[in-house]
Amino acid sequence: MDVNVSMTVNGKKVTGKAEPRTLLVQFLRETLGLTGTHVGCDTSQCGACVVHLDGVSVKSCTILAVQCEGKKVTTIEGLAKNGKLHPMQQAFHENHGLQCGFCTPGMIMSAIDLAKRNPKPGETEVREWLEGNICRCTGYHNIVKSIMAGAQASHDWKG
Amino acid sequence: MTDMSIGRAVKRTEDLRFITGKGHYLDDFGRPHQLYAAFVRSPHAHAEIRKINKAKALKVPGVVAVLTGDELAGDKIGTLICGWVIKGKDGSPHKAPPHPALAVKKVRYVGDHVAVVLGETLAAAKDGAEAVDVDYKTLPAVVDTATAHKAGQPQLHAEAPNNLCYDWELGDKAKTDAAFAGAAHTVKLQFVNNRLVPNAIEPRAAIAEYDAGNGEFTLHTTSQNPHVARLVLSAFIGIAPEHKLRVIAPDVGGGFGSKIFIYPEETVALWAAKKVGRPVKWTAERSESFLSDAHGRDHVTTAELALDKEGKFLAMRVNTVANLGAYLSTFSSAIPTYLYATLLAGQYKTPVIYCDVQGVFTNTTPVDAYRGAGRPEATFVVERLVEEAAAKLKLSPDELRRRNFVQPNEFPYTTPVIHQYDCGDFPRAMREALKLADVPGFAQRKAEAKKRGKLRGLGYSSYIEACGIAPSAAVGALGGGVGLWESATVRFNPTGNVTVHVGTHAHGQSHETTYAQVVADRLGVPFESVEIVHGDTAKTPFGMGTYGSRSAAVGLSAVCKAADKIIEKGKKIAGHLLEASPHDIEFRDGKFRVVGTDKEVNIAQVAFTAYVPHNYPKDLEPGFEETAFFDPLNFSFPAGTHICEVEIDPETGTTEIVNYAAVDDFGKVINPMIVEGQVHGGIVQGVGQALLEGTVYDAEGQLESGSYMDYTMPRADNVPSFKVGTIEVPSPLNPLGVKGCGEAGAIAAPAAVMNAVHDALRAVGVDKVEMPATPHRVWSAIRKAKKKAAK
Repeated sequence: MDVNVSMTVNGKKVTGKAEPRTLLVQFLRETLGLTGTHVGCDTSQCGACVVHLDGVSVKSCTILAVQCEGKKVTTIEGLAKNGKLHPMQQAFHENHGLQCGFCTPGMIMSAIDLAKRNPKPGETEVREWLEGNICRCTGYHNIVKSIMAGAQASHDWKG
Repeated sequence: MTDMSIGRAVKRTEDLRFITGKGHYLDDFGRPHQLYAAFVRSPHAHAEIRKINKAKALKVPGVVAVLTGDELAGDKIGTLICGWVIKGKDGSPHKAPPHPALAVKKVRYVGDHVAVVLGETLAAAKDGAEAVDVDYKTLPAVVDTATAHKAGQPQLHAEAPNNLCYDWELGDKAKTDAAFAGAAHTVKLQFVNNRLVPNAIEPRAAIAEYDAGNGEFTLHTTSQNPHVARLVLSAFIGIAPEHKLRVIAPDVGGGFGSKIFIYPEETVALWAAKKVGRPVKWTAERSESFLSDAHGRDHVTTAELALDKEGKFLAMRVNTVANLGAYLSTFSSAIPTYLYATLLAGQYKTPVIYCDVQGVFTNTTPVDAYRGAGRPEATFVVERLVEEAAAKLKLSPDELRRRNFVQPNEFPYTTPVIHQYDCGDFPRAMREALKLADVPGFAQRKAEAKKRGKLRGLGYSSYIEACGIAPSAAVGALGGGVGLWESATVRFNPTGNVTVHVGTHAHGQSHETTYAQVVADRLGVPFESVEIVHGDTAKTPFGMGTYGSRSAAVGLSAVCKAADKIIEKGKKIAGHLLEASPHDIEFRDGKFRVVGTDKEVNIAQVAFTAYVPHNYPKDLEPGFEETAFFDPLNFSFPAGTHICEVEIDPETGTTEIVNYAAVDDFGKVINPMIVEGQVHGGIVQGVGQALLEGTVYDAEGQLESGSYMDYTMPRADNVPSFKVGTIEVPSPLNPLGVKGCGEAGAIAAPAAVMNAVHDALRAVGVDKVEMPATPHRVWSAIRKAKKKAAK
């Protein structure tokens, strides 16, 4: 049976119907049409679906839409402001941190959370932080490079 | 030369949509009134289907239809095909038993397609699939690669006695045996080349539509080669005539080979869409990807190398049993034969080689091309043998290689296994790699590690690959059913910008950037004015798609040819405008000029004139658009040396890659940033094979490693950053001198890593560890060696 769910997504108040079993990622993709958040697995391993919930990175396949009632959600679509890319998006572009692009939204959302915690993460810290995000294209080399390059500006970004 | 020219690290055009969440991957869209498909898959590796009872499923709210293999066959939909016929030792063609898109009477692997349920919602379709009652009579399964074709095994197909698809050979057996008989040294290895699951992060998906008004089908699918999909679905499976089927591959989230093939799901979706009169959408869950995406590798091999007393290679002899899975996939027969044994010469002047391969059916997921496809397996054979030979002869691995390399002045070089290498500089690539890896400092690093109780090892891999697939006549002569040329249309628009329609397809390879660099350079227009269109049979000329590192060497060659035709036509138009003979017109930097004068007209003006031909040559057609097809004269041969340094903790068996250096010759590099990215990604797939990724079936054929909880994908903390360099020995066989870079990492890395592991473990008496060299395997091998030494 559907219930009404209200939350703030990318700064806008939204209300939609969801079944109690509806995952946040399904609510975002299917109800709100925010298809930038991807689904790459069914065991909460790949991290393609990472979004921010009240500013903290979460896997949106591992939380129910109804659990997000009244909360603030930020997705990849909500990062760029007034036509200006978020510094972490810019860093991925500058450092060739993506190839097919499918894991990229989750990588960027995860990286921004790391940068909030530490504006100068070392390579080991970045690699360990990314333990929950799988990429099959880049071999991680340029993702790690992108995150290290973009962390300070991302940390300082007021958006 | 501009900042966007060939050779520059131009940032990618395609990035903006991907970093802002605006990509168009297949699951991101749908069609009005669409149904969702869920497949009923076999839970058994081998069973007879006694009865399929749909009644309960049809009562599930929202379920619209349940369709089975009998109905599919009843509608005369053909079975899936394998497009490459391998002829065995006795000249007979391989056995290609029927491969129905939905099983008829029998299932042959866990995940085999039994029925499809169509629902108003995905949840309804899934609930319906759960409710389909299938009565199976289970049969004994055959799973083990090495013994599948031995007497007394359960039989998969009546058409293939002893589960043998083919028994194939290449090379001169008598001469090879004779060389072994007279050799001063021989080395013999037996190993498994482990089965891998490709795991593109975007799961496969399809949306099929049928327009009853005009009889047209449209298929959106996650494909590396939409035209090939259309051809096969039309000509062989019989979904629709080719002109009534449009195939669109939008943004595709990685392929690595697994999205080349024509699978049951899209076939069934097309058929079902017509049958129920509504669009049908299917998206794989990851667990379905594990079960149903074609897997890679899975060889059991015995390999021998014969050497003279100076370490010169005399002969190589290889036997491989290759697991093809339950059915032949689209190109599967060719992978362990013509893409494998033909590379066994490697970079060396081995005078005689003999290889025979038994391709076997088992009750497992079909096996086909996965990044590198046959060439990683060949490189593993050659480079493991070379490294073991070096240890046996007490020569340094680089010295033994140096003594046997084909030298730069010996090209073109014909190997004893078909190929003719066009060019290369193997010693130089190795020299550069030795520097990049700081090999001179290794002894000190090893001693230092030893003080900490750790084992260090160094492993080389001097690989070669045949890319730029492929010269059509050669492919045909070897049994391939298609031509492997490529196509492009270069269209100047009246306002002077350029749209390029290509037959290749990018799913991470960055063609929208690199192709535009080449076109902008060749036509002298700004990079930003060039748009690359791919992935839609209605918008692009017929092309064979992207795999086998072919897009630059074959696809871009077609683009260059089309651009050159544009220039030739432009000379005629410019000659008319400038009142000169076309023969006196030269083209440079976007301008047509009368030779020796300052009379000129730029290409945008010429384009406008071609579309608004008020003042125009009488004998010339209007328009400024040219199409070209390029059929390569030969394969291209990227080659290089990768050097891996590992440190093993003997207490835990964990292997850490502490240093990895690669020097590759890809011919002319168009965009070094993108080339390096391709190498990084390939290396990690190779590292995954060597250390992490094991596909495990139990004796009953259940896939035990069927999720990311069980199958160890390489993650960021499993690998280091890499040192990557290139040398450029341009290929003389295509306009740009390119060779292809997409697979090198995956081809070179398994051997480099495993040579390093074996080098490290030699110090503690271990002579063999299989891939993936997991901590448990390494630790067990060390313990076993210690026990043996204690005796």
